Amino acid sequence: MAGQTLLRIENVHKRFGAVIASAGASIEVREGEIYALLGENGAGKSVLMSILCGVLTADEGRIVCRGVELQPGSPEEAVRRGIGMVHQHFMLVPNLTVAENYVLGQGSPLRVLSHMKAVSARIRELSDKYGLDVRPDALVRNLSVGEQQRVEILKVLYHGIDLLILDEPTAVLTPQETDRLLELLRDLVADGKTVIFISHKLDEVMRVSDRVSVMRDGKVVFTTDTSATNPRELARMMVGRDVLMELPREAARQGEIVLSVRDLACNNELGLPAVRGVSFDVRRNEIVGIAGVSGNGQSELALAMSGLAPATAGSIRLNGEELCGLSPAAINRRSFAHVPEDRHKMGIVLPLPLTENVILQRYNRPPFSARGLLRSRAVEDHTRDLVQRFKVKARDIDVPIQTLSGGNQQKLVVARELARHPDFLLINQLTRGIDIGAMEFVMQEVLKQREAGKAILLISTELEELFAICDRILVIYEGRIIGEMPPDRSRLDEIGLLMAGKEPSARSAGSEPVRVH
Amino acid sequence: MADIDIPPSRKAASPFSSNTPLLAWSRRLLKSMLPPLVAVLVALFAGAVLLAVTGFNPLDIFTVMVSGVFQNVRSIAEMLLKATPLILIGVGLCVSFRCSIWNIGAEGQFYAGACAATFCGVNFAGLPPALHICLVLVAGTAAGALWAAIAGVLKVAFNASEIVTTIMLNYIAIFMTSYLVTGPLMEQGAAYPQSAKFAHAIWLPRIIPSTRLHIGILIAVALAVVAYVFLFRSSAGYAVRIVGINSHAARYAGISVSRSIVLAIAISGALAGLAGAVQIEGVTYRLYQDISPGYGFEAIAVALLANNNPIGAILSGILFATLDSGSELMQINAQVPQVLVFVIQGMVILSVVGFAALKFQSARPSE
Repeated sequence: MAGQTLLRIENVHKRFGAVIASAGASIEVREGEIYALLGENGAGKSVLMSILCGVLTADEGRIVCRGVELQPGSPEEAVRRGIGMVHQHFMLVPNLTVAENYVLGQGSPLRVLSHMKAVSARIRELSDKYGLDVRPDALVRNLSVGEQQRVEILKVLYHGIDLLILDEPTAVLTPQETDRLLELLRDLVADGKTVIFISHKLDEVMRVSDRVSVMRDGKVVFTTDTSATNPRELARMMVGRDVLMELPREAARQGEIVLSVRDLACNNELGLPAVRGVSFDVRRNEIVGIAGVSGNGQSELALAMSGLAPATAGSIRLNGEELCGLSPAAINRRSFAHVPEDRHKMGIVLPLPLTENVILQRYNRPPFSARGLLRSRAVEDHTRDLVQRFKVKARDIDVPIQTLSGGNQQKLVVARELARHPDFLLINQLTRGIDIGAMEFVMQEVLKQREAGKAILLISTELEELFAICDRILVIYEGRIIGEMPPDRSRLDEIGLLMAGKEPSARSAGSEPVRVH
Repeated sequence: MADIDIPPSRKAASPFSSNTPLLAWSRRLLKSMLPPLVAVLVALFAGAVLLAVTGFNPLDIFTVMVSGVFQNVRSIAEMLLKATPLILIGVGLCVSFRCSIWNIGAEGQFYAGACAATFCGVNFAGLPPALHICLVLVAGTAAGALWAAIAGVLKVAFNASEIVTTIMLNYIAIFMTSYLVTGPLMEQGAAYPQSAKFAHAIWLPRIIPSTRLHIGILIAVALAVVAYVFLFRSSAGYAVRIVGINSHAARYAGISVSRSIVLAIAISGALAGLAGAVQIEGVTYRLYQDISPGYGFEAIAVALLANNNPIGAILSGILFATLDSGSELMQINAQVPQVLVFVIQGMVILSVVGFAALKFQSARPSE
């Protein structure tokens, strides 16, 4: 059913400061197809699509639509060429009706308001055509998330778009709403539209798309007809990374249980269930890994464990003591340390100097504080000590931490957490965004902690990192632990399949890959 | 206008540099003072252009202004008298702004403090004077802190914007003052709406003979130092600053964000309330309507120009007081309309904000 080439994105580069969001990505979309763009969070999918829509301007590269090169950085031009995006976060004004939302910015209010009847009629007509059930006079704020999404899709159609880009459209939907959406996409294509479907969910991509490309680290690493691939191959392409290094380590000595999580459940920021009954133990001298495609409840799990988000059910016991219900400050005072997922958002305070960053959890406790005042000498000595031991490259200890490279920032965060001598260490993304040298160093340090008898939980989306240092790997999918694997590279396929939410069948345990479709 | 010991803007402070050589320290001091100085110079230049366009000789005008303000001890004392409430309130706002709490209600907190101070001042006549003075000051401080804490509690309990609530609380406090001086606190048999006059015994002692300058200025300077130590050397002040820069990191660190917010805004209210009490005990000796010509608002600019550094607020408070005093002289001696001075003050603030934005751009990390 795929026709001629409709759109070509050629060799697009985009940098944000030191972050490379797009490193020469190229894709080709054919007329009348559903084209899926698959990749983990941060792989560069959304940035590429924003460049296509003219919201962002590429540093390099070009976009050709129906043989004409698009003027970069012009959303108006993109709309004129029939390219429109349904954003992950809806662009609707809640206090206006659906019809009023559609005419926003469409000429002078006087002219537009006199046409409202015609606008409503057109919305009804389109809504009936695609069975969208959108009422033009409904107030947007009264609509459910699924309804709002249909309003967004219809808005794009209303404006005469025939290349629809949907950015993670199913992230906010229930399974039933998802089914309905996928059906709608099929209908749209049957009607001659073209769809680009951005997702990190393998099964949806397998179900609905005609062709699929996998993005990783700002590049398109793989493109194929969907019928010629399988979830396992796609999962491998998404997470596959160059083999790191082999870190020498002793065989696991099973110590006693330090941390015990039972039936833990918690919600995400939107109040939807994110962790749905997770149970595991972490023992002394053990590193337990949690693998999974990002967005499957890992962030919420870490927040709940450290007291930053309330658990809705279950228990977390550290050395037998219940942590659920304790404040973050109380958990900090226990033998619990936490390397957070997002350094810049949570782990450090960018404009403050190194000295003030290393006392983050201990700013009001000895030896760094006495009678309510900070003891600068103790803080300086401690900072110097950490900087030396962890070989942090910094001009001085009183420079703002934002002047350090990502690797050196992370070294300091890990150093700070280890310096609190915790029995249990929670690490969410140990090596994200840091250079190889720093990566190896922090992994070695974590291994040393294992030898020293600590219990460590390492949440990571980087399988290589997990293989390199974990004793066992739990796989999380949609908020549940759906399998446990040894850190064995030869079983990468099985882990990939688990990460995609597919139980590996008994016969797929062999080395020969088995087609699922 | 200075930024002692602190690199400019978002780079914030390092209190841990006790062993830095004096040379490096003074170089950093100079570096941190440079942006606000340049901002002031740019604004004054723009003001000069404005004066020239409106037919005045800017040099003459500025000469009249500066030489008038610094003519003799008495004129300097008058200027410092104006600077006292600006410094007190500005220092408090530094604390609040460091917590990213935009307290626009210092004016109302000043009034709340003035009302409470007046109530205590005209009552309790039997107390020993020294004790009575302290009572008045404490009452003003407490009233200002409570008035500000209302906005803080609304912020943490209902996420109500403190910008809106503090502005609304301004109106309540100002109208409450009008009610008090026309009703319960009105002087017996007075022709005007005003409170009774304070007994001479509880006036704040004057520090320079034959001038009106009282010990309030010393209190202001001392509290600026205390606030500096609080912000940059104490654990609680550290928590306030972390909350102000990155509330996610604060929560991760186990800092109670709510407590820090209420504490920071209450401190700023306390100092504004104290300023109200000091103004009554040291200058007006009684309460009346419109007792503040807008100190609470002008002090926002004082704090901003000081880059929210309490020590710097002393200097920027003096600068704004100089502009205020100078504006009167310009009007009297050079017939320059006072509104022109307001325009110049506005330009000072604009250029300060502009320079802050510039610094923020250049302070971005370059890995």
